Amino acid sequence: MDFSFLLTQMVSGLTMATLLFLVASGLTLIFGVGNVFNFAHGSFYMLGAYLGYQVVTVWSLNFWFALLFAALGAGVIGALIECLVLRRIYGRANEGGFQILLTYCLILIIDDLVKLVWGAEYKSISRPAGFSGSLTVGDIAIPSYNLLIIAIGLVVVVASWWILNRTRPGKIARAAAVDREMLGALGINVPLTMTVVFGIATALGGLTGALAAPLRTVTPGAGIEVIIDSMIVVVMGGMGNFWGAWLGALLLGEVNAFAVAFVPEWATLFSFLVMVVVLIFKPEGLFAPRTTRKV
Amino acid sequence: MGRSDMKSLCNGNMLGWGALILAFALVPVLMTSQYQLNVACNVLIWALFATSFNMLWGVTGMLSFGQALYYGVGGYAIGLTVTYLGSQWYFAAFAAGLLFTLVLSFLLGLLVIRVGGVYYTMLTLAFGQLAWQIMFKLYDFTGGDDGLQGITLPGLLANKVYYYYFVMILVLLAVWVLKRMAYSPFGLILRGVRQNPNRVRFLGRRVRRNQLRVYIVASLFATVAGALMAGVDGSVHTDMFFWTTSGEVILMSVLGGISHFFGPFCGAVVIILIEDIVGAHTEYWSLLIGSIIMVMVIGFPRGLVGGALDVAAKVRATLQGAKHDDTTLTAGLGK
Repeated sequence: MDFSFLLTQMVSGLTMATLLFLVASGLTLIFGVGNVFNFAHGSFYMLGAYLGYQVVTVWSLNFWFALLFAALGAGVIGALIECLVLRRIYGRANEGGFQILLTYCLILIIDDLVKLVWGAEYKSISRPAGFSGSLTVGDIAIPSYNLLIIAIGLVVVVASWWILNRTRPGKIARAAAVDREMLGALGINVPLTMTVVFGIATALGGLTGALAAPLRTVTPGAGIEVIIDSMIVVVMGGMGNFWGAWLGALLLGEVNAFAVAFVPEWATLFSFLVMVVVLIFKPEGLFAPRTTRKV
Repeated sequence: MGRSDMKSLCNGNMLGWGALILAFALVPVLMTSQYQLNVACNVLIWALFATSFNMLWGVTGMLSFGQALYYGVGGYAIGLTVTYLGSQWYFAAFAAGLLFTLVLSFLLGLLVIRVGGVYYTMLTLAFGQLAWQIMFKLYDFTGGDDGLQGITLPGLLANKVYYYYFVMILVLLAVWVLKRMAYSPFGLILRGVRQNPNRVRFLGRRVRRNQLRVYIVASLFATVAGALMAGVDGSVHTDMFFWTTSGEVILMSVLGGISHFFGPFCGAVVIILIEDIVGAHTEYWSLLIGSIIMVMVIGFPRGLVGGALDVAAKVRATLQGAKHDDTTLTAGLGK
């Protein structure tokens, strides 16, 4: 084991962490702002991957256009679903359960629709022009596409921070997280806010799907794998905590990359072990303040 | 099951139980194919699984996403024992599975009840998936993805009809025990835990201890369901541990209505039948099931049983004038 090996694993972990964060940030955004647990978030990721496939492989268009198309497509569909379906159950008794049930139905529906449109076979997307090789520094070769993903991830993180903290729509979203009734009383259209936030969150999911597609295969089951990992990330970070999700994704991505390198057979176990350990010692998430002990 | 049946079931009178037993007892007499018997077995077992799950969620307010773990333990206790030791060990395997669940749910329960709300849900999911991964990877021992086939049952149980009655008796007995439990002083404390844990503490009851108890009880009954399922097709699969299995019981419970004891039971009946009917006609069954359930969820805010009771109450109110007895309907598990 030498330094170059460690570095390669770290970059691959960072790539995974970025992708995880991009998906999980959508999930945590919806939960934080709208208090909706979107179980179907992984399906929007998968939808994004298929939309990207449609643009790149079927229509033979530009990869960058595919990213845009995937984000817009997933975002619009997400916003439509929010205002046509999810909105009907807000404020119901046992709302949490109904949210899980409805979004679970969405998984079933979206997964099957994707199978209906694109078939059940594995699909793949080639890397965009200019990013198919790798960057060599000394004896270390790092795939340039991984670096691109990390860069895009950084841009999204900075942009999200700026929008959430420095702009008026961001302030409205944060206010919706605190008190929706009060926000409505101040003359803000709360249902519209929820729809837009849901659309942005699913757009993030779709974007990540298209972005990850050249690295992974595009299958109808992709959503399920992703939702479990991003749930782990969101829970570790503390539900609705944007920066917690970032830290959680980083932790999970790196742990996974090194687990794959050392114990490939049992790598997937580690995601869960990390979450179990975090939840036992910091049940409210990594960034949660210390609370008093419960009886 | 008609509306009147469901209403009487919810009031827990003998008539309802009689109708329930009669309905399921007649299946082997009226059936036209072995396949229907198989479906009826599935209905009963899932109904038990969903009912036991609802002791956690509907009654105590602990939404577990990992009950598939204990369901799988039941299935694999039978599967592994019969495969490696022979079918004469069937009943011993049953007991061993329950014992294993007792120990496991006690140890895991101590961990998972420390956290509340969504975190509890996720932690149970994590442990469930952990178990799934382990069963999946231990290919040489558990058959991995292929599962275990050719599980034969001892003596009379090898006969499909006898096995059906065996399942029916065990399931209805288990449901009866759970119902007694849900309406016992223990059940009242559990409902208190859901509604206001602090008041339960003020009354001198331990919240955590009761949560642990109901977690163990629900897990034991999930194990019974899993063990029974192993005999239906004579096979077990790692899917029993998979999170979608836990998801399915949640689906059944919400659909039937979690605030009624028989809600999950009815939800299980409806979902298994829909899956069966839809699955026979199209390969895109999850699309149809998803759409059907979505419409039901939007249309019946209180679940199917709640919705049916509302309709029944309205009909009675119209028939008898304005004298409607909402109180007896929502008595029991409360709002």
